[in-house]
Amino acid sequence: MTENPAQSAIIVSGVVKQFGRFAALRGVSAEFDAGKFHAILGDNGAGKTTLLRALAGLAHPTQGTIRMFGQDPQDSSREIGYMAHPSLLYDEMSGMENLRYFARLYEIGGDERCAEVIRAVGLDPELTRPVGQYSQGMRQRLSLARAILHDPKLLLLDEPFSNVDVHSAREMVILLKNMRGSGKTIFVVTHQALLLDGVADEFVWMQEGRIVDRTAAPVRAGETL
Amino acid sequence: MNSFWAVTTATLVKDIRLEWRSKDALNSMLFFSLLVVVIFVFSFDPLAEESRHIVGGLVWIAFLFAAVVALNQTWARELRNQVLDAYRVSPAPANGLFLAKTLGNFIFVCVLEALMAPLFVIFYNLHVLGPAWQLVPIALLGTWALVVNGTFFAAMSLRTRNREIMLPLLLFPVSIPAVIGMVAGTTAILTGENSAHFYIVLLLTYDVVFTTASLALFKTILHAE
Repeated sequence: MTENPAQSAIIVSGVVKQFGRFAALRGVSAEFDAGKFHAILGDNGAGKTTLLRALAGLAHPTQGTIRMFGQDPQDSSREIGYMAHPSLLYDEMSGMENLRYFARLYEIGGDERCAEVIRAVGLDPELTRPVGQYSQGMRQRLSLARAILHDPKLLLLDEPFSNVDVHSAREMVILLKNMRGSGKTIFVVTHQALLLDGVADEFVWMQEGRIVDRTAAPVRAGETL
Repeated sequence: MNSFWAVTTATLVKDIRLEWRSKDALNSMLFFSLLVVVIFVFSFDPLAEESRHIVGGLVWIAFLFAAVVALNQTWARELRNQVLDAYRVSPAPANGLFLAKTLGNFIFVCVLEALMAPLFVIFYNLHVLGPAWQLVPIALLGTWALVVNGTFFAAMSLRTRNREIMLPLLLFPVSIPAVIGMVAGTTAILTGENSAHFYIVLLLTYDVVFTTASLALFKTILHAE
């Protein structure tokens, strides 16, 4: 297999991830194209979140390797934007204060970029109340803003639409669609596959720690919408 | 290097802001130390001469136990909403986080000491017979010794089930040389019987060794699962 970073953003080879005796990933091998939108689907416990965390460099494979743009995930941190199921935000600080802090971690100076991404996700940068008083949907949006703050090439999003109302979820999908259009590689773990119909380039189906199917529509062979 | 100091400063400012808003660590440390002082006052009723011999031990035991309360809080706020993962996926240097946390704890414990020291002087009717200015290097170096190891071991015990118990189990044995230096140095100054010079050098050496080791090892601790 020849690695071509221009085409394959991510190459996963025989990745096994064990937590004690439990294997969350059982030999995942796949290549994912750059600039595409990949939706990862599957039942609870299928290994979706573990795969995403492994791609982010947060979970180290017990076996196998992951190459991200030709590098190890931990060496590609500037290229990765990660949004987890929890918000990854400080509840006691405002949205702007949170993003200002994370901007410093990525050596982004000035408030303009922070305000720009807060507006991009449909929030008000002038909002001074602490994140702990935000609604769940607002927190999800701000969490997305944090993930895209440093303009990463690769976005890894774990259930970004959970607890978000339908209208807001659709707005987030449009935002992601625009980002894909600007050449970003996007992975979204979700249970709401239909939201991504016509938006995602492929649907990756996981079951019991393995990738069992890859389809162009949010249905598997023999299933109907 | 610029990035290291920028991240350290940003994290320190963020921690001080969070502590200012919540006052979690300071309040709990303050009430804990007050309780210890009051209990000691009722338990012992020493003469002025006896006080000079025992207060060094009492004061540092009180600060050591109080510091543990603050040290447990330090990382707890990074675990809420899994904010630590946002740091782990960023390119920010691990050492920057460690140094900021250590400096933050150092400031909090110094504030506590500044507030509690007059109470010890009043309750135990203390008159310093040695060079009083030497209490300053003993206090600063001793406090740094407690917080540098405490911050490191608190991070190490983060992912353990009983981390509140784990921290003292790891911290206290390693802190024995520093505690001996602090107690013996303070007693030497209070009684004026010996020079505290040896203990100041001992604490300085201890601080250099453990600060270097902690900075060298922290990246492994941060990225451990």
